[in-house]
Amino acid sequence: MGWLQSLVYVVALTALAVPLGEFMARVYLGRATTLARVLGPLERLTYRAAGVREEDEMGWKRYGRSVLVFSVVGFLFVFLLQRLQPLLPLNPAAQTAVSPDSSFNTAVSFVTNTNWQGYSGEQTLSHLTQTLALGVQNFVSAATGMAILVALIRGFTRRTSHALGNFWIDLTRSTLYILLPLSAVLALILVSQGVVQNFDPPAAVELTDPLQTPEAAAVTQQFLSQGPAASQVAIKQLGTNGGGFFNANSAHPFENPTPLSNFLEALGILLIPAGLCFTFGAMVGDRRQGVSLFAAMLLILVPAMGAVHAAEQAGTPALAAAGLDLSGSDDQPGGNMEGKELRFGIAGSALWAVATTAASNGSVNSMHDSYTPLGGLVPLLLMQLGEVVFGGVGSGLYGMLMFVIVAVFIAGLMVGRTPEYLGKKIGAFEMKMASLAILGPCFAALLGTAIAVAFDSGRIGVANPGAHGFSEILYAFSSAGNNNGSAFAGLSANTPFYNTALGLAMLVGRFLPALAALAIAGSLAAKRSVPAGAGTLATHDGLFVLLLVGVVLLVGALTFVPALALGPIVEHLGAAH
Amino acid sequence: MASHETKPLFDREITRRAVVDAVLKLDPRRQIRNPVMFVVWVGAVFTTALVVRAAAGHGTERWTFVLAIALWLWVTLLFANFAEALAEGRGKAQAETLRKTRRDVVAKRISRVDARAERESVPATALRKGELVLVEAGDVIPCDGDVVDGVATVDESAITGESAPVIRESGGDRSSVTGGTRVLSDWLVVRVVANPGETFLDRMIALVEGARRGKTPNEIALSILLAGLTLVFLLATATLLPFSAYAAFANGRGEAVSVTVLVALLVCLIPTTIGGLLSAIGIAGMDRMIQANVIANSGRAVEAAGDVDVLLLDKTGTITLGNRQATEFIPAKGVSLEALVDAAQLASLADETPEGRSIVVLAKERHGLRERRIQEMHATFVPFSAQTRMSGVNVDGREVRKGAYDAIADFVAWNGGSFTPDLRVHVEAIAKDGATPLVVAEGPCALGVIRLKDVVKGGIRERFGELRRMGIKTVMITGDNPMTAAAIAAEAGVDDFLAQATPEAKLALIREYQSKGHLVAMAGDGTNDAPALAQADVAVAMNSGTQAAKEAGNLVDLDSNPTKLIEIVEIGKQMLMTRGSLTTFSIANDVAKYFAILPAAFALTYPELGALDVMGLASPNSAILSAVIFNALIIVLLVPLALRGVKYRPIGAAALLRRNLCVYGLGGLCVPFVGIKAIDLALSAVGLVP
Repeated sequence: MGWLQSLVYVVALTALAVPLGEFMARVYLGRATTLARVLGPLERLTYRAAGVREEDEMGWKRYGRSVLVFSVVGFLFVFLLQRLQPLLPLNPAAQTAVSPDSSFNTAVSFVTNTNWQGYSGEQTLSHLTQTLALGVQNFVSAATGMAILVALIRGFTRRTSHALGNFWIDLTRSTLYILLPLSAVLALILVSQGVVQNFDPPAAVELTDPLQTPEAAAVTQQFLSQGPAASQVAIKQLGTNGGGFFNANSAHPFENPTPLSNFLEALGILLIPAGLCFTFGAMVGDRRQGVSLFAAMLLILVPAMGAVHAAEQAGTPALAAAGLDLSGSDDQPGGNMEGKELRFGIAGSALWAVATTAASNGSVNSMHDSYTPLGGLVPLLLMQLGEVVFGGVGSGLYGMLMFVIVAVFIAGLMVGRTPEYLGKKIGAFEMKMASLAILGPCFAALLGTAIAVAFDSGRIGVANPGAHGFSEILYAFSSAGNNNGSAFAGLSANTPFYNTALGLAMLVGRFLPALAALAIAGSLAAKRSVPAGAGTLATHDGLFVLLLVGVVLLVGALTFVPALALGPIVEHLGAAH
Repeated sequence: MASHETKPLFDREITRRAVVDAVLKLDPRRQIRNPVMFVVWVGAVFTTALVVRAAAGHGTERWTFVLAIALWLWVTLLFANFAEALAEGRGKAQAETLRKTRRDVVAKRISRVDARAERESVPATALRKGELVLVEAGDVIPCDGDVVDGVATVDESAITGESAPVIRESGGDRSSVTGGTRVLSDWLVVRVVANPGETFLDRMIALVEGARRGKTPNEIALSILLAGLTLVFLLATATLLPFSAYAAFANGRGEAVSVTVLVALLVCLIPTTIGGLLSAIGIAGMDRMIQANVIANSGRAVEAAGDVDVLLLDKTGTITLGNRQATEFIPAKGVSLEALVDAAQLASLADETPEGRSIVVLAKERHGLRERRIQEMHATFVPFSAQTRMSGVNVDGREVRKGAYDAIADFVAWNGGSFTPDLRVHVEAIAKDGATPLVVAEGPCALGVIRLKDVVKGGIRERFGELRRMGIKTVMITGDNPMTAAAIAAEAGVDDFLAQATPEAKLALIREYQSKGHLVAMAGDGTNDAPALAQADVAVAMNSGTQAAKEAGNLVDLDSNPTKLIEIVEIGKQMLMTRGSLTTFSIANDVAKYFAILPAAFALTYPELGALDVMGLASPNSAILSAVIFNALIIVLLVPLALRGVKYRPIGAAALLRRNLCVYGLGGLCVPFVGIKAIDLALSAVGLVP
């Protein structure tokens, strides 16, 4: 019955994404909404305090500079809070200062919306750091991605103009009208399911079944960390952040206690990225364009869900050889349950694993390291596709639009016309930038892995020998280079080498595509618009959707097949022998 | 120039020269212009060095295997060079012919516009802009120029391939002459308009030789995409070295992939098929234009032609035959048909205009009225004049006239007569039909109306339908009144028309379309077309037209056939389609190559990967070599397609994309599986696996 859960998921996602997308379009177009009536004064107050004028529109370079300045300030803030946390309040567990390399890694990670966590949340960070550093970045790094997307959309809609909107306004509106209200609603629902939300120190609990060890006294007490989890969990899901309050992330019962909380959190992963497809359609004035992008993403997502589910349900040859019954039934999940929570089972885990790697979320409710080789290959490949199957909030869609530009270019040539998308001609400059945007994350992932496997400092982090160890490193750099942030686990990555290398991979993976997208936006906005005719390639029909999916899969596959062959593929083939 | 006959694709002489050129083009300074092929060049040099190393006994690979890979990499380069050389060779052969016409021409330079002025013999290469030359019967015109005095017949076959001589005279739209053509009779005084090296002939030679071929915008964008893909594959293969070293280390068996195999994999993956054929496609596109007797100023113009979505066409000569023809006689009330036909024929006997002739012919064919000889009748011919706007004869005291409605109305009224009301009804009905009414009168008596009809060219309606399916809007330009224009537009099937067009109105129309984002093409010949030609995105000047028109246009049609625009658009589209299709094919090919090479490369470290060898290839070495050989052979096999171009069909963008995706996308996926397997079988059969 696993497919039923996936079906309900896709239906619910679509049903919520359409109205949300329309709403977001209204927000970005500055049209009246009920929320704007309530929160409008707050928005205007923010502008007045920050000295932002609404009519002050930016060209792409100024927009890009604003993104960079904002990110650098955010980075310094998160970095310093970690280094100074022992001196600051709200530190009931008396956490010490975080090491410089880990602070660098975490600061980069949260500013780039990756939320890779080299540290263990509850054992490293104070409540103040969690809330003020990470919590704030959860909102604004997501809002930054959305702002860049909106600027790119304006590039398509504006004619012979240099203005792409104002970054500060797009940032504020994304946070105030979209991320904050949605998070508040989700956090409240999660609290109702039992997710913790307080500022207390760890609670000591008497064990009902004390642990007897031969060399020491019996362990009778366990300390359970707690804190403002629900509020952070809501935004970590909605903002495709993924950085858990606890180290176990959404596998932890305090973050994700019930099947309902699991379903809603999984829905939160894809909700805004899916909605933005429809925002795109509404803003460019042709809703079919948004629908076709949504369809293309769904066309990769749904088979991926099926594949992971099938691979995990099939289990492994070793389990079968042990004479275990691997079939699922009402009494047992069957299949490969290693690393999965019993309360979620195979269906709930597979669904999450695909959603979290399709979007650049990276939160987990099961350990991907324990998946079967093929079950682990799918999440790995989804990240390597460039996080464009829904992807990060904003960044997923602008990443997908880079692929659209490549697809349109090839298809345009094939019908004998200078390629155009939404009436804008795609020229050499757009090709250059789109290539850069697609190449950047690939470079970060492959080059990072190559360096790690070539040096001892990289090799010693690996927990498993052979091909699986290689998969762990490849997963880490694919995750960082594509700003996903999920970890395969098994890799000890909190070392100066990995903290630095992965941090650099995250920077490349975030800012190269972002600036390339803004450059394209600037170039497109300055162009005239070509009216559509019978010779124009339609970009809203099934054929184009298939072509786009083909380009995404082919580019991803051709780049990563050799690496995948040495990791999960050989592992799978070896296990079958 | 024998441009009317299409050359065979592999002319023996051209092919021989291309083979030599292919070797010469191995020069790295030439290869570096094409990043994809330069990577192959570096790989070839590298593996050649590895051959020496392997032969000296280093490494684990057999030196024969490394040698085979190295040789095939060089062959890959040679094939790509051959494609380019072949495309260039066809142009060079044409240029050679053209050059012959220019050799050793002696010009008669004169100092003033006077055929009897003192002449000074100078070589044609010494002429400068603004100087005057005299050209007499039998002389070759030494330069491009404007006729300032004289009338002569000129043989332009050297340029146009058209053997019928043309008239060139000073003033008007027939004043431009081209260097290299020959005066057959009489003489001309010509003012030089181009310095040596800048003449039409020079431009043409440079173009067909490909010397001045700059990259077109789409070609640049495609090159960027190909460079990006090359980088991706460079990354994917280069990182395989540490990856495989780690695999061997972690697995405790096998060793890192050899550099030979990595180079082979890299060359197979990077888009060598399109990279090797890219410049050949561009040159072939220009070549096809030349075959169609169109000279393009630049490749950019050819490419822009494929993007055109509005086509402005002159009515006369393009949509309709040059002349109107009489199709019907309609007598006025109370006048017999015979009387009208008789008067109409009489009025037209001395009228040598095509309209006049057609009246006489209609009278004879439809009404059996035999032609009379006007001299024998002692009649006086009254020719058409702009003032009277009518013509006719005076014979035996009869004054027969034919002309426009209001002109004849004045004539009848002056003679004391008046029109019957039914005549006006006839006249209006004819005009509404898109035809021209010609009223016939004798003295005070209006006899009836002749219907003169514009004859729409046969098949033109289908052509416009085709254009519409291509997504191109056709607009008819005419000096006619709106009512007539609308009727002809409907009959010819154009999408829109501009009636009572003036040069200003044309210019404004082009600007209006452009401001809406359309790309406009037009054809023109007259000096008054020059501003509109300069404004249009694709402007085809007729070779018979004026120098001003030719300079304003970015394409010159040597046949002076305005319908050629349609062909030009198709050639432009074809060039883009060929590039797109071969790119798709090239990338789709990579899937099969991975299946062939990856299991072979890791045969020692991970024999499990042998499960991916779906083709069941003979041995790892054979698999790798087969993939490299396939990669080289496919280039030369696709040369004919690159030179001929992918066929354009006016079936709309969606159908075209579906078709090309099926043929080149799916085909590109499947073909290499078959090809690599076949090469592998052949290699094992002859025992050539090193």
